[in-house]
Amino acid sequence: MLELIKQPWPWWISGFLISAIMFLLLYFGKSFGFSSNLRTICAAAGGGKFVKFFDFNWRTQMWNLTFLLGAILGGFIASTMLSSGEPVQISEQTIKDLGELGFQPPTSLQPDELFSMKNAFTLKGFLILALGGLMVGFGSRYAGGCTSGHAISGMSDLQIPSLIAVIGFFAGGLLMTYLIFPLIFS
Amino acid sequence: MKLLKFLLVGMIFGIVMAKSEAMSWYRIQEMFRFQAFHMYGIIGTAVTLGVLGVLLIKKYSIRDFDGNPILFPPKEKSVWRYLLGGIIFGLGWALSGSCPGPMVVNIGYGFYTLTIVFFFAIVGTYLYGIVKNKLPH
Repeated sequence: MLELIKQPWPWWISGFLISAIMFLLLYFGKSFGFSSNLRTICAAAGGGKFVKFFDFNWRTQMWNLTFLLGAILGGFIASTMLSSGEPVQISEQTIKDLGELGFQPPTSLQPDELFSMKNAFTLKGFLILALGGLMVGFGSRYAGGCTSGHAISGMSDLQIPSLIAVIGFFAGGLLMTYLIFPLIFS
Repeated sequence: MKLLKFLLVGMIFGIVMAKSEAMSWYRIQEMFRFQAFHMYGIIGTAVTLGVLGVLLIKKYSIRDFDGNPILFPPKEKSVWRYLLGGIIFGLGWALSGSCPGPMVVNIGYGFYTLTIVFFFAIVGTYLYGIVKNKLPH
């Protein structure tokens, strides 16, 4: 059984569990939206003194910060107890396309070219990670949610704003992948 | 102890992000290149079951464990904030290969440099708070 769990999980089990997480949070009287935590952290750090957007009672969001803490623990448990240590099994075509951009075939879940300590602390490497994070944080709050709040929660309720946001997510992702990647990687 | 259940649900989330490989930059690239069904299968299954479940909750007015009705407040009507915000998010999602949840899962997993990504996501949210009133919404 443990050997089976240690393998990568098929998409349908993962999709089922993500919807189960959404329904559990609804049952607990909350809603599934992870990026709200970023705003909460700004508020908890005292941002409300300078910017009105962060002036709210962030303690009402303790449940979501606790969820965040759980997510970190979950990642730790997955890597220490539930991992087969195999590299991610992406398609041959993706390996080939990424090879043309200077990426070696996967040896784990993440590329060393971006996330190894050595590369993350070069000027270019650091800027890539910083700008990536900056756009995710800015964009998710501007759009009023991220993958969990819009793509999962909002789409499940068939909300048009969430559909527009998801179209935006993909437009931005395709722009980055096809137009900007060839300029920054080679 | 009221918070313990959220810790547990968060843990399940973290494990699912790791075991589904949705936390992997490679998987996000494969998705944006339309070269595998994997990520579409995950999101598609979650949304399909989500739609059915939300319909049932509404049809049978199912209540939460405190006895309060489960409500789905409509998001404010607009195009610009969702489209522009969405595009900026998507640019960052493809570049870093991570949306906010998987960032912290990666840190727990041992990919510590995602701390840089997560820290700047907080900075990005703060910047949004500063310029919010100057942006089209």
